[in-house]
Amino acid sequence: MLKVLDSAVPIPCWSCSIGHNDSTLFCPHCSKIQPPPGGNYFSVFGLEPRLNLDLPALEHEFHRLSRKVHPDRFARAGENERQWSLADTALLNDAYRTLKDPLHRTEYLLKLEGAEIGEEFAAPAGRGAENGKDRKDPSRVPADLLEEVFELNMQLEEMRMARKMGEEDPALQASLEQAKRKFDGLLVEVDQNLHIEWQAWDEGDAAARKRAQKTMLALLDRRRYLSNLVRDVTETLGA
Amino acid sequence: MAEGRVVGIDLGTTNSLVAYMQGDAPVVIPGVDGSNLVPSVVALDPITAGGGRPTVTVGNTARKALIETPERVIYSVKRLMGRDLKEIQDELKLFPFRLAEDVEPGEVPRIRLGELKFTPPEISAYILRQLKRNAERFFGAPVTQAVITVPAYFNDAQRQATKDAGRMAGLEVLRLVNEPTAAALAYGLDRAKVGTIAVYDLGGGTFDISILKLRDGIFEVQSTNGDTHLGGDDIDNLLLTIALDEIHAEHGVDLRGRPGAVQGLRRAAIDAKIELSTEPIAHFDIELPNGDRYQREIPRAVFELLIEPVLERTAGPCKRALTDAGVTPEQIDEVVLVGGSTRIPAVRQLVDDLFHLKARGKKPHIELNPDEVVALGAAVQADILAGASKSTEAMLLLDVTPLSLGIEALGGTVARIIQRNSTIPASATEHFTTGVDGQTNVAIHVVQGERELAADCRSLARFDLRGIPPMSAGLPRIEVHFLIDADGILQVTAREQRSGLAAKIEVKPTYGLTDEQVESMILDSFDHAEEDFAKRLLIEARNEAETILAAVERAPGSPAWKQLTGEEQAAISAARGRLAAIKLGEDAAAIRDATLALDQATRRFAELMMEAAVTTAIRGKTMDAAGEDMGEAVTAPHAMAPAEFK
Repeated sequence: MLKVLDSAVPIPCWSCSIGHNDSTLFCPHCSKIQPPPGGNYFSVFGLEPRLNLDLPALEHEFHRLSRKVHPDRFARAGENERQWSLADTALLNDAYRTLKDPLHRTEYLLKLEGAEIGEEFAAPAGRGAENGKDRKDPSRVPADLLEEVFELNMQLEEMRMARKMGEEDPALQASLEQAKRKFDGLLVEVDQNLHIEWQAWDEGDAAARKRAQKTMLALLDRRRYLSNLVRDVTETLGA
Repeated sequence: MAEGRVVGIDLGTTNSLVAYMQGDAPVVIPGVDGSNLVPSVVALDPITAGGGRPTVTVGNTARKALIETPERVIYSVKRLMGRDLKEIQDELKLFPFRLAEDVEPGEVPRIRLGELKFTPPEISAYILRQLKRNAERFFGAPVTQAVITVPAYFNDAQRQATKDAGRMAGLEVLRLVNEPTAAALAYGLDRAKVGTIAVYDLGGGTFDISILKLRDGIFEVQSTNGDTHLGGDDIDNLLLTIALDEIHAEHGVDLRGRPGAVQGLRRAAIDAKIELSTEPIAHFDIELPNGDRYQREIPRAVFELLIEPVLERTAGPCKRALTDAGVTPEQIDEVVLVGGSTRIPAVRQLVDDLFHLKARGKKPHIELNPDEVVALGAAVQADILAGASKSTEAMLLLDVTPLSLGIEALGGTVARIIQRNSTIPASATEHFTTGVDGQTNVAIHVVQGERELAADCRSLARFDLRGIPPMSAGLPRIEVHFLIDADGILQVTAREQRSGLAAKIEVKPTYGLTDEQVESMILDSFDHAEEDFAKRLLIEARNEAETILAAVERAPGSPAWKQLTGEEQAAISAARGRLAAIKLGEDAAAIRDATLALDQATRRFAELMMEAAVTTAIRGKTMDAAGEDMGEAVTAPHAMAPAEFK
């Protein structure tokens, strides 16, 4: 199932000078390590971008490539090869870390398709702190959850106050636990919906893919929102 | 082998070892005395009257000097590696070392050893050089390349300091390997195992826990956690505190303030601790300076109650490591115990509880000597790197970074760019732009740690992106590439994308030595050549002379000066004139004598100053003045005598 991408312009190998496509870590002719290739995290593994991945196969390929490219294999090599091994392995590790996680993989693919996700930043000497602020922004609350979220935030506040005073409130506790179960359930629902869209993207034509991308972006937003909520409840309950 | 051997070194808090791969099995290389363990103790021999150069000794001989000349000995220096002034000051509350007085903020602190001062990497370099010599004696050939182990939870600065020490000792450090991972390598060598293992490593000064997945020779670390301030030293200090308090209360003898006696007592505490691993009861029986004997029984139950809080501190990191690896205790197939402190039965009980071992009919692995297993693993990794051996060619270690890497964002919060437990090498690319029209510099602050605020994390480096072409605000697009290499050390590169210019980067490590400093500290440069050593003595004697001269220069401006008699003022002036003249000469001993004379002459003046402004005078005087207060604090867990010198 692993496909090899062919680059339009062949790149000559630094060692044997024979041209090869630029998405390879090793020269197919002389097997020498190459500088970090172009392409994307999928092409590192010889894959087309897709969302349903065979994870055991991915892990196997990760191990196979690691054995060949890791800096441990180049500890006594020349300076160039050492540097390329380092850069290639970083790329391989970054790619594997991103692709093995379903959410990171989805976000990455959507970014490849041009979506702006998360924190692109343009602060004067750094970046704005976007993390966590979206939940406080009422416009980001999924419309169908507005009322419940409002209620939940009140209860969370009450719970924190009670905790601070050292009081027990079993009714509130039970209510929060129930809310947590509900939001956990919603998370599962989101994940199921994401899987449906994965299928749609992997197998659909261009128009179907565009539709799936739009839906997935919305689902990811909802998911981020829900998991922040669940984390807050878990933290408050566990405090 | 054309390039010579690569040895594996365990540079430990208490003991250090060097090992190599003999055929397909790693073995420890013994020292001249036949011992596998080289105590991580460095001593400076007293300068002889004839003016011969002082020599540095390492290991068992240095340890003997602890009781005779404690002010010329340093141990547990690993606790000081890669730490800044503030951290070291905290650390020195537990250890009887004296910081050099002239350390500027931002500099790597120097520790006094007799009349000289050394940075922690230099002290470590002496230990490494001893190991190198042991190996060279053993092979009868030079050894220039090594793998050195570090606690998995060591941060960037601590790792860099360890690498610097290697370079000073004349070793090319091919790789830093995490200690628990090395232990796993040592255990995994003879079996093609598949499974998930936990390595619990409680050493002399650090605690690490790592969870690894083994598969077809690939050792893939899933998560790591730990505490770089937790180990057998803490247990020793608990016993020591009890003994010091009881001796004071029952015999009216305060040993705090007598470093030699405290060291003797520490030795007895360590012996008692070791005895309690096999015996139900241990005894203190110590002769006190007043002729009394301090005798005490320590039943194991009392000992276990005493150390429980210390051991309990290892539970949190274990649980976090399991969570990060996404496994339950039941999913851990095997547990490996590393570090001398895991010989303590209570530690084994705790590990059993944490990983539900007995309930599952399992036992932790202790087949390999816990003092040696890390060095053995380092030898395996050395063999992998040398790349010439059948026994290790199928093995590969995939380790992780223990701490998240982040950038300080607006408002002082941290934006994480590489999460902890990412497989290394790992990289992240971030884009930065300008906030003001025509801005040509952008400052970036890189931190390491898990806290939300940059101020609570460890500052790694501040750097300026310079030479950005002047453009409207927000238009430049500077791509910065952060890469954590296989040693767990950060590298940074940057490029302005719109203009295609490589932005110049000036990375200022927040702590640590510059390349030039490391270069100047390479041991051979002053150790082999006697005049270099003398030069160093001379430089330090001159620095001390400068310090006191500068202080005396300011003296006439002080109200205390007017309280001195004319005779006293004249004596100071005379001593000052002598020192000012002598310090230009080449005789370090003469400069030291003249410095001492000036110090004597100004003694009453200093006292008057003290009376005038007690608090400021104490703060301004010496580090150990502050430390003396610590020694009396019975409640402090590590009450230790401040060193008394001169």
